[in-house]
Parts: sequence; structure tokens; C-alpha cells
Amino acid sequence: MKRFYVMGLFSNFDEAFSTISEIRQHAIPGVSVDDVTLKSPIEHPEIEEVLGDRGSPVPKFTLFGALFGIIFGFLFLASAQATFLVQPQGGKAVVPIPSNIVLTYEMLILFGVLSTLVGFLISAKMMTRRHPLYSEKVSLDQVGVMLELDEKNVDQVKNLFKKHKVLEIREEVSQ
Amino acid sequence: MQTKDINENIEWAKINADVLRSMENPRIGYWIAVVCCVLMVSCAVAAEVYQYQTGMGVANLNWPHMWDLYIASFVFWIGMSHSGTLLSAILHIIQADWRKPIYRFAEAMTTFSLMTAGLFPILHLGRVWNLYWVLPYVSDRGVWPNFRSPLIWDAFAITTYLTSSALFLFVGMIPDLAICRDNARGWRQKLYTVLSLGWQGDDRQWRNFRKIYLLMACFLIPLAVSVHSIVSADFAMSIMPGWHVTTFPPYFVAGALYSGCAAIISLFIILRYFFRFDDYMTLPILEKVCKLTFAIAMVWTYLVLMEFAATWYGPDMVEKEALIGRFTGAYAPLFWLMLFCAIVVPFTLASQKLRRHLPTMFVVSLILNLGMFLERYMIVAPTLALSYQPFAFDVMWGSMVEWAIVFGSFGWFGLLFLIFVKVFPSVSMYEVKEMVFHRRNYHSDELATQLHRRADDPQPIQQPGTEGA
Repeated sequence: MKRFYVMGLFSNFDEAFSTISEIRQHAIPGVSVDDVTLKSPIEHPEIEEVLGDRGSPVPKFTLFGALFGIIFGFLFLASAQATFLVQPQGGKAVVPIPSNIVLTYEMLILFGVLSTLVGFLISAKMMTRRHPLYSEKVSLDQVGVMLELDEKNVDQVKNLFKKHKVLEIREEVSQ
Repeated sequence: MQTKDINENIEWAKINADVLRSMENPRIGYWIAVVCCVLMVSCAVAAEVYQYQTGMGVANLNWPHMWDLYIASFVFWIGMSHSGTLLSAILHIIQADWRKPIYRFAEAMTTFSLMTAGLFPILHLGRVWNLYWVLPYVSDRGVWPNFRSPLIWDAFAITTYLTSSALFLFVGMIPDLAICRDNARGWRQKLYTVLSLGWQGDDRQWRNFRKIYLLMACFLIPLAVSVHSIVSADFAMSIMPGWHVTTFPPYFVAGALYSGCAAIISLFIILRYFFRFDDYMTLPILEKVCKLTFAIAMVWTYLVLMEFAATWYGPDMVEKEALIGRFTGAYAPLFWLMLFCAIVVPFTLASQKLRRHLPTMFVVSLILNLGMFLERYMIVAPTLALSYQPFAFDVMWGSMVEWAIVFGSFGWFGLLFLIFVKVFPSVSMYEVKEMVFHRRNYHSDELATQLHRRADDPQPIQQPGTEGA
């Protein structure tokens, strides 16, 4: 089934948000706010009020990475230190807890950061091809509202864009 | 006279154009700076080759002075690295938006300072081919790193800090790299296409971007504190007089912030002048950095005086003799110069008039960093010269080889920084846009007056519309 992508470029957030608000209020039957992707040069501080809370799984990656860092860090050190058994210890612990706490703490942070980065790359769908409708103007000073639609809704969406003083409309069809 | 952190009427397209322009067509001054840095690095390379072939004796390193300028330089560069990422992270979390035009080069400074600092332990090893011995891999080859040694902690901490800081810098640049990608041609476009990781500026990416940036900032604050605490443990974990001090970790952290802030002032003024970033690196922002530096300088001064007082009124006679030796011994001129540069000179930052005078602030920032370099040297050398046993008393001055390598380290840092500012945007375009957007939309005139203007500043109505342009 063919899917249509339509993107309107607006000169400011107000017009773009007005457009999305109308979509949220079901101005076009069959089109919901979940179909909307907003493209902008900056993140608007009130974007969640318009698009709704879409959440981010990145903190879960962070938590996993930090816990992994603690466990792996300590076991890594302890396993290295375990080879010291052949050395005379002079009464000192083979696995010294105080110094291992310092090093485990560093591992916590290192793996926390790395895992957060991996979480970001996955959650934000980075390292993928740019969408055919991507416009360089979005990285300059314009705000894009992109919708994934059925063919029957395309004209209605275009009219909605025009109503809100859209600067440019781009469209793309995918199989 | 600039009275606002940023001109909120500035066009977003102009922000892109100004920053991208700074990355094009280096002027003659840039190439002269590059040549100077290359020559400095060449000095260091020649000195290191000589030291490598001849032995560590050419650096005058011998018992009891097993550490000297190398470790002092190591601590200095680690300290320089602190302000960039740490202040950027703190100011990000508390939403101090005046950080936005200046944090990028400060974070780059962090990364390059760490890359410079990391060279010194390697050079100091003598047997550089055994560097991997510090890594705690499980080995049956008889390589047993001493995990109780702060030097091993250094290896962990600095590796973690360098990795995290570099990632923090890189992640913060992704939206800007996409702007560069959209405007570049040739090899630059290919480079930015790869580095921007397919950034499109959609709401999913922004949402997750905000999360990762905040989370990384939260990690980096305790990490930065821990790194310099661990560096201080290189000294404090020993029993040498003048080093075995409880306040060393906060003292080192404050010192690191202090020298880092001073370096930010220097680089701020250089970038503002050479790249004509007057619209972004404004005088009110410089004033804020200067005030912050002054506050940190006072914290550091307090900790220094407390250390003196604790030693003076304490029971340890050897510690007391070492302290008196600093004030009156062979290193006394350098010690007094350090006190002047790092305790007296910062009071110029308290003057409103001087804070707005760029040449003065540039000189002051260099003097502050000279003071902080001497401070690191004064931690190391006098203690080694006046240890517990009189037969170990020995004054040592750095050799030409040592000084050449230290000199070259500044060239190395400068070279990395010069390459950075021409390949990557040194001002965060998207964050400056955010700053302008916020100021334009959310700040009332009354609040703006309260935040940005002083009683004796011109009133808003007298400001031209293109202020700062």
C-alpha cells in the first residue's frame, strides 16, 4: 500500500504548532497527532504540550550501563587481582575493597556514559538515511511539520498547511 | 557598550553564517599561530627523542627528585581540563543559558588539555614501551599492576574522563555538524555527513538528544571531581611533608577550576578578537566568567591559607619546616611569585571597569595561569627538596630537556585547538538560537532589566536595535 509523506515548512513555531493543534483536534479524519513529525532548528521548550509526551528510553540504557559498570568493573578488577595469589600479600587483602571502590566508581561512569550513547543512537534512530523530505532549511531557521498519510488525506493536509501560512510544501510517495 | 548577554533580535540565519564563516579561509594570523605551535611541538619532540635515547638523567630526574616538572605539568593540564566540561555540565543543569555561546570551545579545551596531560606520564615513564603495564588486564606474564596505587587510579580516571568528555563534546556538536553538512562541499561535506550521524532535527532526535545531554552532564560532574581528587591522591596518599594533607582533594579541584576558568577567559578573548564573535562572546558573558573565576579564586585562596594554618598550628615539625622552606628556601622567589599571581592578581577581577577591558583581562588570565602553573611546581619541588632526612635535602632545577617538553606541550595544545576551531564550529549554533529564542519569547522587559542591566547602564530605550551586531 502506498504511503504518502507530506511536509510543510513554516517560518516559525507558532504556525507549526497551530497546525499540529488542529490535527490533534481531529480536523482531518484519519489523521492523528501520532502521525506528525516535527523538524526544527532547535527544540521548542513546550513541544510536549503540542505533540504529547512521547517519552525516551535513554535513561533505561543509562541505568543498565551504570549497573553493568559496577558489576563488570568490580569483577574485572577482582579477576585481575586474583592472579596475585601467587604473590606474597603481606597480610593485605587480595581484593582490596577501598581502592576497588574508586576504580569501580570510574567504571560505573564509563559504562553509564557509553550505554547512554548507545541508547541515544538507537532511540533517536541515528545513523540512518535521511528522509527524502529532509530540508536544509530546517537546520537554518524554518520549522517543518511532516505527516505520514493515506492518499485520501493528502489534499486536506495541504489545505491545512496553507491555512497556516506554510512557506513550502514537499511530498513523497513510498511503496 | 554591550549590556545584554546576547542580542535577542539577531537572525538565526546570521548565527549560522557567522559561525560557518569562522571555519573558512584561515587568515595569515592563523597560519602564523600554526607555525609557532608546530615549532614548539618540534622542540618537545627533539627533546623527547634525546631523552629517550640518552635516559631520564638528561631531565635532571634523580633521587630525591624523581618527579618534577613533568608531574607538575601533568597536574596543570589536568586542571586546565576541568573547567570546560565541569562548568558546562553544571551550568547546563542549572539552566544558565549564558554558557551557550562559550561552552563549545571550553569543552574542546577540556579534551585537548587531557590529551596533553596524558602525554606527561608516558614521557615520565622513561621506558615508554612498557606503558601497557598500567592496564589491569588479567595476565600470567608477571605483570601485576598495584591497584592500591593512585597512579593506577589515574589511568582509570583519566581514561574515563577523556572518553566521557570527548563524547560529551561530540554529542553536543551533532546538530551543528548537521548544519555544517548542509552547507559544506567536498571533503568537509563527507566528514560532516559521517559525524552528524544522520541528524535531521526531528522531534524524536531532539527529545532523545536532550536526555543524553542531561544524563551525560550528570555523570560528568562527579567524574570531574573524582578525577582531580584522584590526581591529588598521587600526592596525598604518600607520607611526604606538604603532601599528606586531608584538604588536598578539594584544594586540587578548586585549583583545577581556577586555572580552567582563567584559560576560558584567555580563549574567549582570542576567539572574540580573531573570529569577530562580538555578537556571541559578549562583554556581559565575559563579566560572568570573570566573576565566577574570582569566586573560585577566593575559594582556592581560602584552602591555601587553611593548609598553611593547619600546618603552622599542627604538631608535625617536619611539615612546618617544609612550609617555612617554601617561604624562605631556594624556591621562595617562585613561591612568592605564585602567591602574587594566584592570590593578589585575581582581585583585578573584582573591578567592574577592568572586567570590561579585554586587553587587561587577557593579561590577567595569563598571569593567573602562570600562578597556577607555579602552584603545581611549588607543590612538587619544595617537598622533594626538603624531605624527612637531611641527607636527602637537595634543590633541583629543571633541565633544558624538561623545559623544552613543557614548552612544547603548550604548542601541542595550541595546535589541537587551532585545528579544532577551523574544522568544527567553536560556537554552538543551535544553542545560541535557543538562547535568542528564549530571550525573545520568554523574557519580559522588566526581567531583562533585572538580569542584564546595572543601574548605571543605558536604559533599554537608548539601545540601538542592532546592539552587538
